[in-house]
Formats: sequence, C-alpha cells, structure tokens
Amino acid sequence: MSETMKNTLLFAAVAGLIILTGFMQSWNSALFIINMGLISAIMALGVNLQWGFAGLFNVGVMGFVALGGLAVVLVSMPPVGDAWAAGGAQVLIGLVLGGATIAGGVVIYQKMAPGRARTLAMIATLGVGFFVYRFVFDAGVEAIEAVNPAGTGYLGGLGLPVLLAWPVGGLLAAGAAWFIGKTALGLRSDYLAIATLGIAEIVIAVLKNEDWLSRGVKNVAGLPRPVPNEIDLQQDPGFVARAEGLGIDPVIASSLYVKLGYAFLFLVVLVIVLWLAQRALHSPWGRMMRAIRDNEIAAEAMGKDVTARHLQVFILGSAICGMAGAMMTTLDGQLTPSSYQPLRFTFLVWVMVIVGGSGNNLGSVLGGFLIWFLWVQVEPIGHWLMSVMTYSLAEDNALRLHLLESAAHMRLLTMGLILLLVLRFSPRGLIPEK
Amino acid sequence: MDILNALIVLANFVLVPAITYGSQLALGALGVTMIYGILRFSNFAHGDSMAMGTMVAILLTWLFQSMGISAGPLPTALLALPFAIAATIVFLLVTDRLVYRFYRRQKAKPIIFVMASLGVMFVYNGLVRFVLGPDDHRFTDGERFIISVRDFKALTGMSEGLAIRTTQGLTVITAVIVVAALFWFLGRTRTGKSMRAYSDNEDLALLSGINPERVVMYTWMIVAGLITIAGVLYGLDKSFKPFTYFQLLLPIFASAIVGGLGSPLGAIAGGFIIAFSEVTITYAWKRVLTYALPDDLAPSGLVQLLSTDYKFAVSFMILVIVLLFRPTGIFRGKSV
Repeated sequence: MSETMKNTLLFAAVAGLIILTGFMQSWNSALFIINMGLISAIMALGVNLQWGFAGLFNVGVMGFVALGGLAVVLVSMPPVGDAWAAGGAQVLIGLVLGGATIAGGVVIYQKMAPGRARTLAMIATLGVGFFVYRFVFDAGVEAIEAVNPAGTGYLGGLGLPVLLAWPVGGLLAAGAAWFIGKTALGLRSDYLAIATLGIAEIVIAVLKNEDWLSRGVKNVAGLPRPVPNEIDLQQDPGFVARAEGLGIDPVIASSLYVKLGYAFLFLVVLVIVLWLAQRALHSPWGRMMRAIRDNEIAAEAMGKDVTARHLQVFILGSAICGMAGAMMTTLDGQLTPSSYQPLRFTFLVWVMVIVGGSGNNLGSVLGGFLIWFLWVQVEPIGHWLMSVMTYSLAEDNALRLHLLESAAHMRLLTMGLILLLVLRFSPRGLIPEK
Repeated sequence: MDILNALIVLANFVLVPAITYGSQLALGALGVTMIYGILRFSNFAHGDSMAMGTMVAILLTWLFQSMGISAGPLPTALLALPFAIAATIVFLLVTDRLVYRFYRRQKAKPIIFVMASLGVMFVYNGLVRFVLGPDDHRFTDGERFIISVRDFKALTGMSEGLAIRTTQGLTVITAVIVVAALFWFLGRTRTGKSMRAYSDNEDLALLSGINPERVVMYTWMIVAGLITIAGVLYGLDKSFKPFTYFQLLLPIFASAIVGGLGSPLGAIAGGFIIAFSEVTITYAWKRVLTYALPDDLAPSGLVQLLSTDYKFAVSFMILVIVLLFRPTGIFRGKSV
C-alpha cells in the first residue's frame, strides 16, 4: 500500500468516525467535533513546529492559548467609557512606570561595571520603582473595578472586528514566547519545559485575578461573533423559508448554519497554516531546523546560530497556538479563565502531536481530529463501560455509584495510556516523518 | 514591648509557615534532584507521584480510624506512613519497569524520558481522581496545637500570640530526621557511595562494577520514601487535593534548580529560599510594621507586595532570575 493511500485511508477513517457521530448522535455534535478538531489541528501544528521541527519541549501551550483568548476580549469588546474615564489613564501610566522600572534595572545591569555598587543601584531602582508602580497602578485598578462591577468592572476592549483578534492573539503569545525563550533557550532542554510550565500557570493566574483586564472569574460573556446569531436567523423569514424548503427544522438549521460558518472560517485558517508549515518544512530553513534538531553540535560547527533559530521557531509555534486560542474563544463566545486546565489544553495537544506523528504536519492535523474525537467520546464510552461492568451490582451499591461517578476521570487515564503506548511502540506516530 | 510583639507576629505568620513549607519543598526537591542526578531527567510525574503516596496514606488513615486505632496526640496518618511508602515504592518500581527501563536500554535522549514522565503523570493523576475524586480532603486528627495563641498569651502576657500547630512541628522534626538519614546513607553506606559515584561519572562507575539497575532501583525506593513523606506532611499541614499536588511541581522544580540540579544540599537550600520568598512576598506586613515603626510612620495599606494568588509567580520569578544569572544554581549543580 502506498503512503498516499495509507494516509488517505487514515483521514477517511477519522472522517467516517465523525460522520458516524452525525448519524448516531446528532449533526450538531458532529459539527462541534469538527470545529474543535480544526482548532486542535492548528494548535497541534504549532506544537509540531516546536517539537517536530526543532525538538523544543513546550509544556505551556495552555498559557499561549489563554493569551489568545484574552486577545479576543481586548480587541473585540466595546470599550467601557466610564471605566476609562475613572482609571484608564492611571492604569496605563502605572504599567508604563512598571515597564520603565524593569528597563531601568536592565540598563543599570548592562551599563555599570560589575560590583557591589551595581547590585545596590539595581535593587534600589527596582524597589523604589515597584512601590511607585503599585501606588499609581492600584488606585487606577480600584477606580476601574468600582464602575458597575456586576455588569462591567473592566476596561473593555477596542471594539474592533473580532476576526482581527486572531492575529493579535498570535502576537500576544509571541511576546510571551520571546520572554520565555530569551530566558530558557540555550540552557538544558528540560529548563524550557519547566519555564513554560511556569508561564502558563502565571498567565492563568493573571486572567483569573486582574479583574480590570479580563473581569477575572466573573468571565466576559457575549463576545462579538464573526457569523450571524441563531436567533436572528430564526426570525429571518427568508432563512426559515429556505430551511423548510430543505425539510429541516429552522431552529436546528440555524444552529447548523452558524456552526458551518465557523467551520469554514477555521478551515481557511487551517489551510493557510498548513500550507505555510509544509512550505517551511521543505525549505532550506526547514532542513536547517531538522539538522539542528538531530545534531546541535554539528549544526553549530556549520555556523548555525542554534539558540537564535530555536528562539525563532519557538516564537512562531507559540504564535500559532495563540491564534488557535483566539479562535477557540471566539467559537465559545465567552472568556472563562477558570476553564483553562493544563491537562486539557497542554497535554492533550501533546498527545495529538505524538499520536499523529511528530515532525509531520499532516500527522498533526490527523492527530488533532482523532484525539479530539476520542476526548469527546471517551466519557460516554467510559460511562457505558462502567455501567456494563457493574451491571450485576445493585442499583444503589456504593462501589457501583463511585465507579459511575468516577467515569469522568477515565479521560486522563486513557490519554496518559495512549501517550505512553504510542511513545513506546510506535514513537513515530500514525503518519511518520519522511 | 512593641518590637517584641512585632517579632511574634512575624514568627507566627511568616517564620513558622515558611519553615514548614520550606521543609516540605526541600523533601520534594530532594526527590527531583536525585532522579535528575541518577536517571538524568526532570520527572514531571513528581507531583502526582506525591499524590499517589498521599492517597494510600489517606485510605489507610480512614481504615485505621474505622478500626479505632489512633496515634494519641499525633495524626493517625503517621501510622499509615510506612505502609504508604511501601506502596509508593511498588508504584514507582512498577512504573520504572514498564516505562522508563525501555528508554534507558535504548539510551534515549533525556527529553524522551521527560515526555514519558508526562504520560505517567496523566495516568497517576487519573488514578488518584478515580479513587478519591477531585475534591479537597482533610485527614488530620489528634492534637491540633503544640502551643495555641491563647496559651502563648497566658504564658507570656504579650498582646500578640504565637501558635505552632502539631503538623508544623511534626513537619520540621520529620524533615530533619529524614535529611540526616539521607545524608548519612549517601555519605557512609556502600550503596549510597555507589549512587554518588554513578551520578558523578556513569562510565567510571560502570567500569568499577556498579550495577546500574540496582542503583536505579535504590534511587526510586529513596525517592518514594521522600515524596510520600513530603506529600503526607503537606496534606496534613494544608489539605489534600490532586490538582494542588500537580501545581506543587513548579515550586519543587524551582527549588531544585535554584539550589543546582543534582545537588542534595542545594535542593534543601532551594526549598527554603523558595518558601521564604513566597511567604514574605505574599504576606501583608501591616501588623508587623504597625508594631515595629513609630506611630506616625504606621502604614495605612496592607503592605502586601503581591496577592497570594500569585504565589506561583514568585517561584517562577526566582527561577527566571536564576536561569538568567546562574543557570547551574547556587551550589553549582550539573548542567548538561
């Protein structure tokens, strides 16, 4: 069987699974799996760029995805005028002061001669700067959060079209990646993993606690959408007539129409990212990346700047994850900081890349769809399995109830096992690198 | 008097909690550093292995409690601890046999081990949630305080009190005993010496007839002991929640790296550095300063540098600073 044939069959099998969901459950859930599968595929492409091309281990995917989510709020929500009037300028000045403090510290470190004087000067600058920053910043935050806390209580966004948030999400993630990469790249490979683990936790902590920025755990709901609302469609006589002409209930038709709209937008992004990634893989740049991955010392001896190239690919991969995060928040229609779980957003994406085939872009796309499908379906399957296994036990048996209740945690176990098994028995994944 | 009161408040809210937390981190970081020294990878399943060990201890504590066995004024969990350690040893050795040994034979890159440990983490995490569920569990019993605020006030006549909980005293005493035993083992026994030799130079150690599989086995056994003790002490002191144990990974790694990966002494120092920074930076200093400063200088705000929600940011910032200025850590650990 030729390779193209095998790959086509693999993709056809996953498509078959999703179509089966459409027939057995509903077309709505099938489309939901497709939409999230498209987003997952883009995230997996980003991680594949880092791991498959360059061998960089990013354990903070969740943080970059969350930054993308934040970008949607910052770009698309209408600005809250009262909050800006109350403390917007003050918060901005505070942030500038904070930035200036750090910049001052860096300048002192670089310009002064090493010694006690430099250390003292740095500590003094940072200390005084921190207190000034907190003094200005805190007052501003308090003023903003006091403005209608139940409805807004935050600055809002820029009120721009929501599609613009996708590239902005990528930019935000790229900025965070630059900071992490500057710190941890060029050291041992595990350090990057630990540093990314840290930044992810911190991004989530910021989203949860900085109410003036993202409303924290109060969530931002009602984000603008790039596709029409279901309600509007249902009230549009033209649409209702067309739906009835096709023999579909208008309510279901409207929901399908909206989901198809999203699917189209996501598909466009996926195709562009995939095309770029394929071009990159087969370009001299891609060959250089793989050379560095396979033997850093040899590549360095050939005059390649390994750390700079790593930084480059790390930023690119993170930016793709950030963009996917923005797309996901757009699809959800709200930003829910407490929904970001590392197991769901970081490690699931890793499983997608490893299972699909690290180093192969098509593999990542396949892994994205397949693993997302399993993630959605394992819970009902687990529940069903538990019911069958405990069939002989009494209805109110404590063990039976506990097992049924715990079926939800089957997902973690299953994903961990899949990762370990693939890593051990088929480390090259379903579609191996050429 | 005021300055004494300030010291008591400081001890009550900063020193005692930080020393306790530091001991717990140090035990955890010792495990990370030993795995790094011998097996040469960063074990991401560390936090969840801790959770596994603690889970066994909790289950046994419940069993003992239902049987009416107790340790008097001490928590019942202490009686369960030896059994929990034995169970954790079994878990870790089985995991090593099923997962890591294969890659060791293949001489895989460290990053592959890290990734495999990620898979192990998933599985452990799932198992713990499967058995105990994702919620908080408190399993402390016995006497609550060694000295309570009221007793302290009655004893000294001060207006501020100092409370030391049993679990805090227990943590520090246990940590001292465990660390002393570990250093004795590594420095004096034949097995300990062979482990250090293997960590220093693998090839030389192999040439002098040290069996690597045995060294690895002893490492896992010691690590199992360390993390089960650390996990149970942490759970007694605060509470047990699977997600919290996963999150402990960051401060524990930060401790090990700050001290220098591969250096046991560094792991202990790193644990206390991280714990003290975390507590002092997230503590509201208002009461201490009100006592310590003259009346007209007393602060009006809370004087809290960062809110407690950002305690992970503290370990992360320290980690970043160390990576920028001294990537091998304070005690010059290994850097590969």
